[in-house]
Amino acid sequence: MDIKKDVAVSDSGFVFYPTTGESFSVNPLGMEIIRLMKDDKSFDKITEYVVDHYNVESSTIEKDLLDFIEMLNHFSLMEDDGEG
Amino acid sequence: MEKAKYTIGVTALNAIDNPGPGVPVIRALQEAKSFDVKIIGLSYEALEPGIYMHDIVDKSYTIPYPSTGTHHLMNRLREIHDIEKLDVIIPNFDAELFSFIKLEPDLKKMGIHLFMPTIEQYEERQKVNLPEFGEKYNIKVPKSEAIFSLDKMPELEEDFKWPILVKGKFYEASVAHNFEQVNIAFNRISSKWGLPIIIQEFIHGTEFNVTGLGDGKGNTIAAVPIRKQYITDSGKGWGGIAVTDKKLLEITDRFISSTKWRGGFELELMKDNKGDFYMMEINPRIPAWIYLAVGVGQNIPEALVNLALGNEVKPYTKYDAGKMFVRYSWDMIVDLKEFEKISTTGEL
Amino acid sequence: MEKQQYERPLIKRLESKIPNKFGAKPNLIPITHIDEVAVKDLISEHGSPLFVISEKKIRSNIRKARKAFETRYPKVQFAWSYKTNYLDAVCRTFHQEGSWAEVVSDFEYDKALHNGVNGSKIIYNGPDKTPESIKKAIQNNSLIHIDHLDEYYTIQETADALGIKAKVAVRINMDTGVYPMWDRFGFNYENGQAWTVLNKIMRSDVMTLVGLHTHIGTFMLSAIAYGVAASKLADLAIGIRTKYDHQIEYIDMGGGFASVNRLKGSYLPGVDTNPTIDDFAEAITTALINADFKPDELPLLILETGRALIDDAASLLGTVISNKRLSDGRRSTILDIGVNLLFTSFWYEHPITPAQPFTQYTEDTVVYGPLCMNIDVLREHITLPLLNKDDHVVIQYVGAYNMTQWMQFITLRPRIVMIDEKRNVNIIREREHLDRILEFEKVPDHLKKFDL
Repeated sequence: MDIKKDVAVSDSGFVFYPTTGESFSVNPLGMEIIRLMKDDKSFDKITEYVVDHYNVESSTIEKDLLDFIEMLNHFSLMEDDGEG
Repeated sequence: MEKAKYTIGVTALNAIDNPGPGVPVIRALQEAKSFDVKIIGLSYEALEPGIYMHDIVDKSYTIPYPSTGTHHLMNRLREIHDIEKLDVIIPNFDAELFSFIKLEPDLKKMGIHLFMPTIEQYEERQKVNLPEFGEKYNIKVPKSEAIFSLDKMPELEEDFKWPILVKGKFYEASVAHNFEQVNIAFNRISSKWGLPIIIQEFIHGTEFNVTGLGDGKGNTIAAVPIRKQYITDSGKGWGGIAVTDKKLLEITDRFISSTKWRGGFELELMKDNKGDFYMMEINPRIPAWIYLAVGVGQNIPEALVNLALGNEVKPYTKYDAGKMFVRYSWDMIVDLKEFEKISTTGEL
Repeated sequence: MEKQQYERPLIKRLESKIPNKFGAKPNLIPITHIDEVAVKDLISEHGSPLFVISEKKIRSNIRKARKAFETRYPKVQFAWSYKTNYLDAVCRTFHQEGSWAEVVSDFEYDKALHNGVNGSKIIYNGPDKTPESIKKAIQNNSLIHIDHLDEYYTIQETADALGIKAKVAVRINMDTGVYPMWDRFGFNYENGQAWTVLNKIMRSDVMTLVGLHTHIGTFMLSAIAYGVAASKLADLAIGIRTKYDHQIEYIDMGGGFASVNRLKGSYLPGVDTNPTIDDFAEAITTALINADFKPDELPLLILETGRALIDDAASLLGTVISNKRLSDGRRSTILDIGVNLLFTSFWYEHPITPAQPFTQYTEDTVVYGPLCMNIDVLREHITLPLLNKDDHVVIQYVGAYNMTQWMQFITLRPRIVMIDEKRNVNIIREREHLDRILEFEKVPDHLKKFDL
């Protein structure tokens, strides 16, 4: 579950991946999650964090986090570590 | 006397290979003698080059596409107006003209002035209505017929000589030399732009263009005819020269006086081998090559702004022939921060 | 510590070619209430999906339409087009507002009678009038609009047998410069068919020609075509006056006015481009007033406007069943509303708006219905805020044809409520039950039992 190291995210929610020159935008929770991933937080830790800070059931964030990671994979922003 | 300073919103900052008129319009406004300007760029996409030209545009804002509805466009313009206090907007994109014409009365209430054709003028000059237009105003137009089905073709063959032009309702045209080619063009163009398809007489000859400005009362405020010298694959002039043909000016005067045209326009005319001019198309906006008109002495965007604001405007009657424009492209270096800013905040 | 409002994480590629609305202020505001009644309460009380009709909107639509015509022309009569929406509550709202009934079948004719409409205020249109219903219409003094010659002969025989004079009008089709030309209904103006039948009627002693009728198309985006049609009918009327010294009572311009809906594939939304009721009124009344009628002989103008009066008076409420990611990365949302309830989604892009607050973050979404059928797509492409399972949505402009052309298919049809002007929510059609469906079915004896 590693996001590529050189993916940069700015405070405005602008994500830039210099390897391919592509840019993306994220919403505030997407931004927080990318930062947690860059800090090497595990899936469970991130889930826990979101449940602690947001008004949400863990089943919902689990499902939404899987979907978010699927999109990161779709955009080739995740390391190919065989997990995806 | 102190010159007034106007804040003017301009769209179509896409100075690309198929350029929008925004950037040349702004250059014209910056050279205006009667006023100073602050330019507010109004863009639909983050990559419109004008956004990044800081000596051209003072501040840019993204606006929603016309397809999202005038309601949303109006809300966004209201937000921008609250910050910038716009005096005038000059819309330059074909796709947005209808929406801005609709909004003109509401914008006026807010203190934003436009100077655009009326909705009747806008509709009347649509390609599909060109034959009626020609008849009504006594202007020669190529013979054309709007058809909804290919079954009509055998009937039409008697009236038309090969080759013929097969044109879409809004865009695209191709030349057909036989039924087979009509068939292919009909299907291709109608699948993209819908019905009807316009079958038009093919006029052999030379293309001329005129840009001008009508005051809405039938007076010609400006008119500059040109011949395009080099046309790109996408049909855009890459070089053009001002010409002096009196007939072109007569047709333009007749067009303006009989329609009481309000606003800027571009006429596309074809001169056939007998020397007759045919009106091919009427674009109800300023063309991308407008800077040539400025270069030969008629600052059409300046006059348009003055008309919009109700200032007195003296008609231009002269221009320097023998000047030409040559277009070039230019690669700017832009910091990604700027792209980020316009992309995420909608402002730059 | 107060927890923050949750919104699911979202990442989007910034495309440079396609419209990039990211960062722009939200284009939508949620529709949390309809006529001041909360969507949430409507669904919890009446279930989801749910059709909601606004009586207030119907009344304001018909009043606006009447005003548009009545301020331009001295004699105007609207007739409610039953096929557009023949729920009794809807029809009766229009009848209370002074509209007659316009029906196109035996069934609709009976429904109008059942609603208490006087037979003489029922306009009977359409190509399928059964002999029994023609008899009924003659006896009730209804206005029979002849569609084809076979019908003419049936009326002739029936009226003859009854010894009652039938009040008839002729449906005329014509070239008004629009495509497609609706030449399958009625008699053609240009080729002389119209005069053939008019001559027959004028010479018949069991028929009185009371009107001329046309209906030039559906969802018309050109008001001018109505002007052309009105001129041609006026020409015929004046021709009849000259030839037979007979004055017809009315000209019926039919329906077909576009509503505010957006046709698929159109670049600008319907509210911006479609002609308004005033545009249609202007075109029609100008043509009639400019025709050569003597001032005291102007015919009554009848309008059978349906869609434009009801489309925006009804919404369909629904609920998100699930969000899915398609294989190409697109988001899809499954609603509990299928195309069997929203027939018009085949040709309109109905606005779909969440019924609860959301942020400016949006995603391009395909909206599917719940049917186990590939064609069950409500919107192929729509930019929507981030919806969660069990969120509610409001689909607007569904008043015309959906509540008549809907199908009982896979699921049972839902309840329909009407919010009255005092904000009371009235059930005007119950949800279907299995029992009611089974009432229609019979099982042969030998199929009654089986062992599995």
